[in-house]
Amino acid sequence: MLKILKYSFYDLMRSRWSYVYFLFYLALGFVLLFLNNDLSKAVITLMNVIIVLVPLIGTIFGVMYFYNSKEFTELLLAQPLRRSTIFLGQYFGVAGSLTLSLFLGLGIPFVLYGLFRSEAIFNFALLLITGAFLTFIFTALAFNIALSNENRIKGFGYAVLLWLFLAVIYDGLFLLSLIVFEEYPLDTFSLVATMCNPIDLSRTLILLKLDISALLGYTGAVFKKFFGTDFGLLVSLLVLLLWTLLPIWRLAVKSRRKDF
Amino acid sequence: MKHTLSYSKLLFFLILIGGGQFLMGRTITICPTCDVSSIKQGIASAMEYDTLLIKKGTYNEYNIVIDKPLTLLGEDYPVIDGEDMGEIITIVSDNVTVEGLFIINVGTSYTTDYAAVRVVKSENFLIKHLVLEKLFFGIYLEKANNGKVYHNKIIGDAVDEYNSGNGIQLWYSHHVEVDRNIVQGTRDGIYLEFSDQVTINNNISSDNIRYGLHFMFSNDDTYTNNTFENNGAGVAVMFSKNIRMRNNTFRKNWGTASFGMLLKEINDAEIVGNTFEENTIGINIEGSNRIDYTRNDFINNGWAIKVRGACYTNTFKNNNFLYNSFDISYNSKVNDNIFKENYWSSYTGYDLDKNGIGDAPYRPVKLFSYIVNRTPETIVLLRSLFMDIIDFSEKVSPVFTPDNLMDSSPLMQKTE
Amino acid sequence: MIHIKNLHKRFGKNQVLSGVELSIKSGGIYAILGPNGSGKTTLIKSILGMVIPNAGTINVLDTNIKNHWRYRKEIDYLPQIANFPSNIKVGELIRMIKDLRQKPSEEDRLIGLFGLEPFLDKKLGTLSGGTKQKVNILLTFMFDSPLMILDEPTTGLDPGSLIQLKKLIREEREKGKTLLITSHIMQFVEEVADQIVYLLEGQVYFKGTIEELKQKTDQVDVEHAIAAIAMQTTDA
Repeated sequence: MLKILKYSFYDLMRSRWSYVYFLFYLALGFVLLFLNNDLSKAVITLMNVIIVLVPLIGTIFGVMYFYNSKEFTELLLAQPLRRSTIFLGQYFGVAGSLTLSLFLGLGIPFVLYGLFRSEAIFNFALLLITGAFLTFIFTALAFNIALSNENRIKGFGYAVLLWLFLAVIYDGLFLLSLIVFEEYPLDTFSLVATMCNPIDLSRTLILLKLDISALLGYTGAVFKKFFGTDFGLLVSLLVLLLWTLLPIWRLAVKSRRKDF
Repeated sequence: MKHTLSYSKLLFFLILIGGGQFLMGRTITICPTCDVSSIKQGIASAMEYDTLLIKKGTYNEYNIVIDKPLTLLGEDYPVIDGEDMGEIITIVSDNVTVEGLFIINVGTSYTTDYAAVRVVKSENFLIKHLVLEKLFFGIYLEKANNGKVYHNKIIGDAVDEYNSGNGIQLWYSHHVEVDRNIVQGTRDGIYLEFSDQVTINNNISSDNIRYGLHFMFSNDDTYTNNTFENNGAGVAVMFSKNIRMRNNTFRKNWGTASFGMLLKEINDAEIVGNTFEENTIGINIEGSNRIDYTRNDFINNGWAIKVRGACYTNTFKNNNFLYNSFDISYNSKVNDNIFKENYWSSYTGYDLDKNGIGDAPYRPVKLFSYIVNRTPETIVLLRSLFMDIIDFSEKVSPVFTPDNLMDSSPLMQKTE
Repeated sequence: MIHIKNLHKRFGKNQVLSGVELSIKSGGIYAILGPNGSGKTTLIKSILGMVIPNAGTINVLDTNIKNHWRYRKEIDYLPQIANFPSNIKVGELIRMIKDLRQKPSEEDRLIGLFGLEPFLDKKLGTLSGGTKQKVNILLTFMFDSPLMILDEPTTGLDPGSLIQLKKLIREEREKGKTLLITSHIMQFVEEVADQIVYLLEGQVYFKGTIEELKQKTDQVDVEHAIAAIAMQTTDA
């Protein structure tokens, strides 16, 4: 698997898109720091970008890469390699290179602005970790969709729809149910609903670590009580991990039964 | 004739000395090894207008009652240790000055408000350059008028509201000047109740567990150039009239129920040139009318201004609203307040005629803040893409937020 | 070498292979022919394990290939469409495949044979179809495996390279290897193939030498023989 990972990774590292992605984050980091000149402020702004863009880019990149490397995959399939090796190798190659672009693109400007001497380093680290999780989750989901759909247009459509659902529509439904059931105690519901969506979970994790958590009022206090404990953090990380592992597992299983 | 002259000379001389003594008083020196080794002893032996010069040392005394016009002057900050027994200094006479003492260990009680220094029904007092530590109440003015509390440092170690006292408390005390004090770690830094015509300037009130400054039923007061930072809930101004609040700084009052300033039932006040920075809520307004908000800076607050209940005829003009999560939150659909010529950092309009005023109005109430008002739990969707989208759509065509709640002449540049 | 029993494969509602029985002995060149959609590629891919059969067993070199992958070490496969990752250079691709297979290889001779030296430092995305096919052939022929499967090997080749290819194929046969080839160029088939496997409607319709095919159909050349089979079946 490592070999496939290595080649996919090299392949992507050479692709124009990885550079675009990397340069985008580099520019974003510098611009934010130039405008704010305050690491912790920039971290907050960055959060908005990360929870929306990272999943979107992971999704689109994943689908694109999968379809574009179809013939290459077939070449590999004829080689003495296990199938799951090929797909997981490619998957980790894509997710890994995206994560690397993210880390370097944001890391360089922040380090230059004195991240290591700043208290924002933990928040920044949390941001990068959730960013990495989101990349791995959405790339895996994208691979799943692409694997199940021979038709590229359909696959793209489903992938973008999935992103749209988790990034926007889910929150809309969440909001609606909060308003409809406002007579009832909603803390547990909010907690569970947040847990079930990796984007919401990441957003909440970051928000609670940042100072803005005070804005969340009473509900925020309930959230903080849960996520602030080691147990809560552990559960959140487990959920994120589950969100990563389930699609990867399905990818491995599905790829074993797929015809090429 | 000659005798008469010398007698009259003598008489003049005597009058001169006696009068001088009457005006300036004698100085009694107190030190642990002197004849007069305690403050109580010093007060007992002093005449009116004497000065008690207290030398460096530790005096374990409490219930010191100053019942005649005296000056207590500490040299090199002598320590008065109340040993947690009760009140330390009680002033019951007019014209008393207390200066330069280091007072510690005020007794804590659930029934009596023991203070480090209490002034009772007296006038023309001056409390100056004191350092108070390990206290219950700090400086307590009780029906005491026309005095001055100047440049004291009050460092409490309050943890809970129920067993802690206020730093500087005014109760039915008018025409008092509270200037250049530093108060921290008490319940309320400065507390006013039924006290009118009070000036509170240049104080720094921070890290108090309840309010940095607390007004109740006090009218015609002014506070200027104070800094209120990191207090439990900020500054509360309640049930008072004609309060002038100028050039104060309210910073870092973070917490789920925290705010920079709370206005409750306040009428005819002016709030000018203040800075509200990094508070959960900059100003929380309830039932307050006819207030001028001018040239204030609201920077990086959760909510710059949260309006609850009926608030009428308030004017917000020439303020800067910079990078607040929410600029204004309203819980009603009716608006009778005027917003004009403010600078809003989230304003995205344009100025074609280059007159410095945006051509499109700015609507400071986001739909999200309206929804949060309705169903507080929805705040968990803060900073989600969905909320940004519906905020945008509401901005384009307002449906839920008050129609006339807008700044029709938003500034393009920050006001200075 | 290869034993296929009762092989069924369906894509959705489309039954592609319905009970293929095929036994291929070691050595020689087998041309797999059949009309479009007769299941040639599906059969090849089943042997390679790229298509998972609905029923039936496939044994390659005496191993049942189900859920196995190591047997592919003994197969060299030339896919029909040569599309490679576009960012990789030709030289790197060769090194990569070598790295993946971990077998001795003779790419240098083949590079010379097809005149690929000037392209080694070019990215695959910039190559023409014919050059890509040459790279494709090179990747297949550089290893020494007992079984070779070539899916439309002549696509896009210029006459010179075609001659080289035929030469290569004959060389491999001399070494005693087994080759499965699909092609639409009957002339090419006639030139190189020892045996014909004709697929029709998901089954092996005919298996035998070219001579047997000609006899059976009463035709003088392969092209007409094949056409005759098609005619017969449509008549029937």
